[in-house]
Amino acid sequence: MSRAIVSQHETNRSGYGSYITGYILSLLCTLTAYLLVVRYSLSKWVLVYVLAGLAIVQFLIQMRLFLHLGKEAKPRLKLLVFGFMALVVLILVFGTLWIMYNLNYRMPTQAQINSYMQAQNGGF
Amino acid sequence: MSEPTSEMQAMEHIGRVADRQESDSKVMFGFWVYLMTDCVLFASLFAAYAVLHNNTFGGPSAHQLFSLPYALTETLILLTSSFTCGLGILAAHRRIKQQVYTWLGVTFVLGATFLTLELTEFSRFIHNGNTWQRSGFLSSFFTLVGTHGLHITIGLLWLFVMLIRIKQGGLGRDTVRKLTLLSLFWHFLDVVWIFIFTIVYLLGGISV
Repeated sequence: MSRAIVSQHETNRSGYGSYITGYILSLLCTLTAYLLVVRYSLSKWVLVYVLAGLAIVQFLIQMRLFLHLGKEAKPRLKLLVFGFMALVVLILVFGTLWIMYNLNYRMPTQAQINSYMQAQNGGF
Repeated sequence: MSEPTSEMQAMEHIGRVADRQESDSKVMFGFWVYLMTDCVLFASLFAAYAVLHNNTFGGPSAHQLFSLPYALTETLILLTSSFTCGLGILAAHRRIKQQVYTWLGVTFVLGATFLTLELTEFSRFIHNGNTWQRSGFLSSFFTLVGTHGLHITIGLLWLFVMLIRIKQGGLGRDTVRKLTLLSLFWHFLDVVWIFIFTIVYLLGGISV
């Protein structure tokens, strides 16, 4: 039993290696993203996807190596809460964008509104 | 003392240690749940920014307003402070007080520098008339980045209090647990900043 406690404590410590690796990989992601925007003229949408990919990679690196996600003992409740958070965030962000762009697309222009109102008034 | 009694004492001790471990892990889990709900708060602000970022109402666009080298400097400072915070917490687990001081001190200085840069940027925008009342884009920008800055401010206060606590009381079990929570909070703020840097500054920089 005491050995189990000690080993639990050891895994909580997780050595210098993970922090140094995490720092170097995060630096690489950040600098790559910055240089892609400043130095290279990729087409806009390619750049958007590459930047989003780099951000997500760096996010996962830091979650794993700085916040020690997935390194806990079973049952993995932290991982479960993280997964639910990710689901809520995806629904929230993509749902908002979807609804708002759809509304924007369906919104008539001022000229259309004016002609519609004239047509309605003309009817009476 | 007879043999069974000391054995019972040993068992009792192990039991107490196990109880403490369990209550520690409960506190950690509770804090983790808070961090995840904070993620949802930031996600809603990101969604608002994504919807409003083109609504400049004749004011400056993201491309005209932001300086990329400035944002990169902020990013590197915050990333480094997250790293030194991690080194500080490793030293705390090993109970090396001097190293804890050094690394957390460096974290505090870097965090304060970051906050100063962010507030300097805000005051430059406001000085040029680009306040949060200028356009939908600026409202959502100030809300998103300002909320992050508020979190950084709270993190700095917490760090300051913890430094005093270590100075007065040393590195007790309770202090180390609180430091672990603080380090989670600080790493989390850097994680949020990855997306602010990418979505607000880098993507703002390319959309002409």
